[in-house]
Amino acid sequence: MRELIAERLKGVTAKPLFTAGKMTAAQKIGIALLVAAVIVAPILFQGFGQLFMIRIIAVIGLYIILALGLNIVVGYAGLLDFGRIAFYAVGAYVAMWVGIPLAGLLGETLEGWSYFLVLPIGGLVACVVGLLLGLPVMRLRGDYLAIVTLGFGEIVRICLTNNIFGITNGAAGLPGSGDSLAAPAGLAWLRRNVHFTIGNNFEFTFTSNIYWYFVIFALVALSILVIRNLDNSRLGRSWAAVREDEVAAQAMGVNTTVAKLYAFVIGAFFGGIAGVTFSYFQAFVSPESFTFLESVLVLAIVVIGGMGSIPGVIFGALAIQGIPEFIRGFASAGWFGNLSAETVSAISNYRYLVFGALMVFMMAVRPQGLIPQTRRARELLGEYDAIDGHELDAREPGDRANSTRGRA
Amino acid sequence: MDIFIQQLVNGITLGGMYALIALGYTLVYGILLMINFAHAEMFMVGAYVGLFSLKFFSDPEWGAATLGLEGMQQFFTGSIFGLIIMFAIVFIFSGIVTGLLGMLIERVAYRPLRNAPRLAPLISAIGVSIFLQNAVLLWVDSRAIAFPNVFPVVNFGYGINSLKIFIVVTSIILLIGLDTLVSKTKMGKAMRATSQDRGAAQLMGININKVIAATFFIGPALGAVAGIFHGMYYGAVIFNMGFFPGIKAFTAAVLGGIGNLRGAMLGGFMLGIIESMTAGFISTGYKDVVAFAILIIVLIFRPGGLLGESVVEKV
Repeated sequence: MRELIAERLKGVTAKPLFTAGKMTAAQKIGIALLVAAVIVAPILFQGFGQLFMIRIIAVIGLYIILALGLNIVVGYAGLLDFGRIAFYAVGAYVAMWVGIPLAGLLGETLEGWSYFLVLPIGGLVACVVGLLLGLPVMRLRGDYLAIVTLGFGEIVRICLTNNIFGITNGAAGLPGSGDSLAAPAGLAWLRRNVHFTIGNNFEFTFTSNIYWYFVIFALVALSILVIRNLDNSRLGRSWAAVREDEVAAQAMGVNTTVAKLYAFVIGAFFGGIAGVTFSYFQAFVSPESFTFLESVLVLAIVVIGGMGSIPGVIFGALAIQGIPEFIRGFASAGWFGNLSAETVSAISNYRYLVFGALMVFMMAVRPQGLIPQTRRARELLGEYDAIDGHELDAREPGDRANSTRGRA
Repeated sequence: MDIFIQQLVNGITLGGMYALIALGYTLVYGILLMINFAHAEMFMVGAYVGLFSLKFFSDPEWGAATLGLEGMQQFFTGSIFGLIIMFAIVFIFSGIVTGLLGMLIERVAYRPLRNAPRLAPLISAIGVSIFLQNAVLLWVDSRAIAFPNVFPVVNFGYGINSLKIFIVVTSIILLIGLDTLVSKTKMGKAMRATSQDRGAAQLMGININKVIAATFFIGPALGAVAGIFHGMYYGAVIFNMGFFPGIKAFTAAVLGGIGNLRGAMLGGFMLGIIESMTAGFISTGYKDVVAFAILIIVLIFRPGGLLGESVVEKV
C-alpha cells in the first residue's frame, strides 16, 4: 500500500502545481520580445502619425491593471464580483478631488509630481472602501456576493450621477470649469527635447499620450510582478485552498474570511490605481465611464482570458477591450478604405453583438479560458480530484462527479 | 397623506411587475442554481413583441390596416369587449413568443453547460444578454418607441387609475396561478423534485430536460407580461429597458429568499413600495440606492432572504 501511494505521489510531484518562479528560455525570450514591442510600438505609431493606436493600447493597459486586480478576487480567491468598476471610479474621482488641490499646494515647480502622490492615495482609498464593503459581506455565498457587489457598483454610480455631497458635479463630470489636473513632471522637458525626424514621413515628438502610455505600462509591469509573487506566497496558497474547498481550507487552519478579505482589498487597490491613472490620462471623468457593462467587460476579460492566469488576463484584455477598439479605430482612420460615418458606427455597434455571441460560444467550447492557469483549468474541467490525491482514498470513482459539483 | 396613498398605489403597481419578473429568476435559480442574467432581456423582448402585436391590431396606419383588415382593428378598438380580447391575444402571443425564445436560449446557451462550473453558465447568460440587447438595438431601433396608447385610462383619484388596477389584478392572478401550478399540479411536483435533487428526480422517472425547458418557458412568459405592463405604464420601450427592472427583480427574489416563489412575490411588492416611497418622500435620484442598500442590509443579517431558509453547506 505504502509503495502504491509513493508511486502515485511520484506522478503528482512530477507535475508541479505552482510553476511560478521558473521560466524556460523560450518564455524568457517571449517576454523580452513582448517588452520590446510595448516600448517600440508607440514610438512607431507616433512617428507615423497613427495617434489613435497609442491611446487604444494605453487603454488596454488600464484594463490589464483592472483585470489583474479582479483576477485576484475571481481567479485566485474564487469570489464573484460584479461591481469591480466601483473601485476604478473611486480612484478616478479621488484623483480629481485630491490631485487638483494638491497641485495648488505644491506650487508651480512641484505640481507635476501630484500624480505620483495621488496614485498611492487613490489606491489606499479604494482599499478602505473595499474593506468597508468587504467586512460585512465576506461571509456571503458566491451568488449573493455577486449581487451585493453588483448593487454596490450601482450605488456608487448613482451617487456620482446625483452629485452626492455636491462634489461630483453629477453627470457633467469633473473637473468643473476652470480646473484641470497638472501636467505630469518632466512632460514639458521631454516634449521640448525628445524630438526627431527620420526621412520625410517619420516625425516623433514626445507627447502627453506617449508619457501616459509609458506610465501605464510601467504600472502594468509592476502589477504583474507584485501579483505573481502574491500568487506564490502563503496568502496565494490560502486563496487556492479557499477557492477549491472552503470547508477543507478552514479545517486546515486557513482563516477563510481574512484570506477573502485580503483578496478583495488588494484587488480594490489595483482598481484604485488604474482609476487614478485613467483620470490623469483622460483629464476628465464622468459617471458614464463606470457602468455595469464595464464591470462585466472586466469580468469577461478574466474569464475569457483564463481565470487565475496573468498571460490570460493580458490576452483577454487585448481581445475584449482591444479588438473592438482597433476595429473602430482602423475604420475611422480610413485603413479599410473610405467608409461613411454610418458604416463606421455600424461596425462599432456590431462588435458587441459578436462579443455576446462569442461569450456564449467560448463557455460552451472552452470554459477554462484561452490561456488558463494549469491548476485552475483542472479544477474547472473537473479533473481536480485526479491531481490532489483524492483518488488515494477508497471512494468509488463515481463519487468524483459529486465532489466537484457546484464549485465555482 | 395624499402623497402617501399615491406612492403606495404606485409602489404596488411597480411591485406587481417586479414580482412577475422575480419569479423567472427564482424559478431558474431554484432548479439550476444559476442566475439567469438574460432574464432581463426576456422582459425587454416581451415588451417589444407586445408593442408590435398591439400596434398590429390597433394602429390604423400600421399592420393589419395595411393588409386590408381595418374591420378587425375597428372591432378590437371599438368596444370594451374588443379591447379585452385584443389585450388577451397580445399578452398570450407575447408570452408564448418570449417563452419559446427562453426555451431556445436554454437549449443553446445553458444546456451544454449543465455540468460545467457555476461561473460558466453565468458568463454565458451575460453573453446572451449582451447579444439580445444589441440585436434589438441594431435590427429594431436604437431609440425609444412609443407604446400604443389604446388602454382606456380612467382616474379614480388618489393616483388610482384603471391601468394600475389592471396591472395589479392581472399580476396577482398570474402569481396565484403560478403558485397553484407549482404546488398542486403534477408538473409542479416534478419541478419541485428537480429543484431538490436533480439526480434523484431523474431516477424517479422525471424527464428533467422537459422540466427545465418548462421552467424556461414559464419564467420568460411571465417576464413578457411584466414587460408589456412596463411599456403601458411608462408609455415607451427601449432596447436597454430590461436592465434596471431586471436587477431590481433579482434583488426582490434575493430579498424574499431566492428559490422561494412566495418570497419572490413578497420581495417584489416590498421593493416596489420601498422604491416609490423613497421617490415620493426622499429623492427620486436615490430610489435605486435605497433598494440596493436594503438588499445589502437584508443579506448581511438574513443571508437566506426573508422567507428563505438559510442553507447549511454540506461537506
